[in-house]
Amino acid sequence: MNQLHSFQAVPSTRNAFDAYSTLPEPPRPQSTHAPRAHTQQPIVTGTSVLGIKYEGGVMLAADNLASYGSLARFKDIQRLHPLGDNTCLAVAGDMSDFQYMTKLLDATLRADRSVSLTDTHPPFSPQNIYTYLSNLYYARRSKVNPLWNAILVGGWDKEKKESFLAYVDLLGTTYSAPTLATGIGAHIAQPLLREAYEAKAGVDGKGPLLTGQEAEELLDTCMKVLFYRDARSLNKYQIATISNDGVKISDSKSSETEWGFAEGLRGYGPQTQ
Amino acid sequence: MALFAPPPMYADPTMAADKQHAFNPYSENGGSILAIAGADFTVIAGDTRQSEGYSIQTRYARKVWQLTDRCVIATNGFAADGNNFVKRIKQRLEWYEHAHQKQMSIKAIARLTQTMLYGNRFFPYFAYVILGGIDEDGTGAVYSFDPIGSYEREACRAAGAAQSLIQPFLDNQIYFRNQTPAPGAEPFVPGRLPLSTVLGLVIDSFTSATEREIAVGDGLELYVVMKKGRTTDDLVGSDNLIKNMQVQELGALGEGGSERTFLVSLPLKRD
Amino acid sequence: MFRNSYDSDNVTFSPQGKLHQIDYALEAVKQGSAAIGLRSKTHAVLLTLKRSTGELATYQKKLIRIDDHVGVAIAGLMSDARVLSNFMRQQAMQSRMLYGRPIPVGRAVQGISGRAQNNTQQYGRRPYGVGFLVIGRDETGPHLFEFSPAGTTFEYYAHSIGARSQSAKTYLEKNFESFENASLPELINHGLSALHDTLQQDKFLTIQNTSIAIIGPSSDEVEDISISGAAKRGNFRVWENEHVDRLLRAWRRSRGEPEDGPQEAAPAPEATTEGGAEATDSTAATGGDSSSTEAASAPASGDAPSSGTGGSGDDVEMQ
Repeated sequence: MNQLHSFQAVPSTRNAFDAYSTLPEPPRPQSTHAPRAHTQQPIVTGTSVLGIKYEGGVMLAADNLASYGSLARFKDIQRLHPLGDNTCLAVAGDMSDFQYMTKLLDATLRADRSVSLTDTHPPFSPQNIYTYLSNLYYARRSKVNPLWNAILVGGWDKEKKESFLAYVDLLGTTYSAPTLATGIGAHIAQPLLREAYEAKAGVDGKGPLLTGQEAEELLDTCMKVLFYRDARSLNKYQIATISNDGVKISDSKSSETEWGFAEGLRGYGPQTQ
Repeated sequence: MALFAPPPMYADPTMAADKQHAFNPYSENGGSILAIAGADFTVIAGDTRQSEGYSIQTRYARKVWQLTDRCVIATNGFAADGNNFVKRIKQRLEWYEHAHQKQMSIKAIARLTQTMLYGNRFFPYFAYVILGGIDEDGTGAVYSFDPIGSYEREACRAAGAAQSLIQPFLDNQIYFRNQTPAPGAEPFVPGRLPLSTVLGLVIDSFTSATEREIAVGDGLELYVVMKKGRTTDDLVGSDNLIKNMQVQELGALGEGGSERTFLVSLPLKRD
Repeated sequence: MFRNSYDSDNVTFSPQGKLHQIDYALEAVKQGSAAIGLRSKTHAVLLTLKRSTGELATYQKKLIRIDDHVGVAIAGLMSDARVLSNFMRQQAMQSRMLYGRPIPVGRAVQGISGRAQNNTQQYGRRPYGVGFLVIGRDETGPHLFEFSPAGTTFEYYAHSIGARSQSAKTYLEKNFESFENASLPELINHGLSALHDTLQQDKFLTIQNTSIAIIGPSSDEVEDISISGAAKRGNFRVWENEHVDRLLRAWRRSRGEPEDGPQEAAPAPEATTEGGAEATDSTAATGGDSSSTEAASAPASGDAPSSGTGGSGDDVEMQ
């Protein structure tokens, strides 16, 4: 339906020159006196990101790829960004907007931290950071000059001793749920995440949550399935674990994959007919 | 209400190819809201599902918010616009309280809502707004708005994804459309039904909408605002209508001791 | 009248290293009626003495709510107080809107002191003629701050500003060690005793001239939570007029005085006229007028003319 919300490059026109939609570049305006153009589409993009609450906090997952249209352009990009001691972002969509936004947030947090040296007031909670992000993204969409991202905010609230997981995107749309996935992950991974989460916690979420190990294995599975099915993904990803102990971002890792079955598929490998 | 029809949810993909691709600052997040006024109470309700197309974004997102001790607001349409509109209106209410040391009346909030919506006439909040509460006479009041601020006071209103399912039902049950009083009986007067009847209508509206409309479901939040001094036995005292139904009184925001607001929540089907 | 050549603007130091305009602004604070603040480890309270401009006038409010968790008491120019408290409200709301977080109390005070300092360094501006006591509660507990027109802020266990506040300070200094663990009623009683000390000898605390603000969990010993949602939630609330009666009675009981309190003698008619005339004077020449300044800072002589219940030199603007 709405192509705007998937972060595979969406070209403005389909034509013979770009029949497979590989180019993310917009057509240049003919006139040099055109009004100042705002971002109308992402350029260098990251694909979907995942998040889940587990018994001691939150885990986020994002792969290391930044694509240029269909080109796997940068293959060692970290899309998990820690903020302070107990919050982490997982960011999909435009990578330059991602970098701009993190610079802004880092500055805001640094300013707050330096003031807190004088009054010992606790730093921003995950909820505070999320509120700020939501306002930023809604304000930019309201100027019709969006920051082209979908973001998961994972955190551990040290005051309330509870985990935090929420979503915000380029429209300023916000929501929270115990499992979250953006873009194509909302279609492919979210059902797997919900199934596993509800199997233990129940539909009301009142039962026990997944353990840290179970949650990580679940994210491994989801990242593998996404790698099989999402053409803009990479089998190299990281997992952020946010708990009372702080934010831990894993080294990049890969899933074991099996492509033997593909030999029998038409369209994979050398054509036989 | 048709002035601002949402774009078709499932656009023909072949059409996209030859159209200039521009950023669309709107979305449509499903769900439904509903309010019914009684003689000395108002019920205002919304489901808790938030969706986009075929995807459920979350099973719990609020659409109904308490503004004052005698006014509750519900929004439907583009969730980001709805949430931010509520946030802005709450700001305005706080400054009103600073200036006047009292809460704004529902009538004044209704006019304020119009001004704020129409203020965005050329980049509208894509939000259908309903206000429910108690007016200055102690009577139940419902005000409904379109996204650019046209509004009227009514006895009931449904809006959102299941508006077309619920409103005709309310027309029949609240406004007594297509009903004829028995010969010699009193004529029908809308807005005089007892609370238990209204609660039943609201809950039936949402359970039925959940069956037939994919954008509605997961949970129901139902606010009951009661006139000062009115008995609450028919809500908290009775053996309630449905199991899993929870009733909770929301504390006064202002001075208290006047109107009382209750939050009734119950699950809806999740499929 | 005494004049010196270094007080005609606020950006020139005198040879003695003083900025005279700021000193005059501090005098304006002293002319306002007294405000007292004190805090325990759970509560912060403000107590103020309200003035009226005459028999026919209402008593001017001296307590202003900033947010659920912050409120101020003022002494000095009411109009300057309104500008500053509105600025604090804006700051408090911005914090809630942008970060979803109640503004840390100290930072709310820093905000206005920054503005006040600005006025001491820019030509053509004047310092604010008002002092604040700010109470609040945040993640680091209850707080009490003083803001002064000089642009300084200090945090206190207990403090007083305004006319005859030195007498209150003496009481507070003698007793502050017991405030930390005091219950809310005890804390209020200490505050009322301190406030009582700022009164002239023939004046008493009444429900008309006393107002009390509280932040912290409510106590049904002295508060009627059924009429205040703010009290129920431990937010900033003000008790005055008939609602302050319970608190005053509890205080009188604690001092072993008759609960109804002493009956105040009707003010002498000529005092009212004199006070009114003086008010007109000091309105015309705020701060620089030494006649009203001297009247306010003169030791309590007992026979000083007065119209209200506060200190002498009542002024339409000074509250």
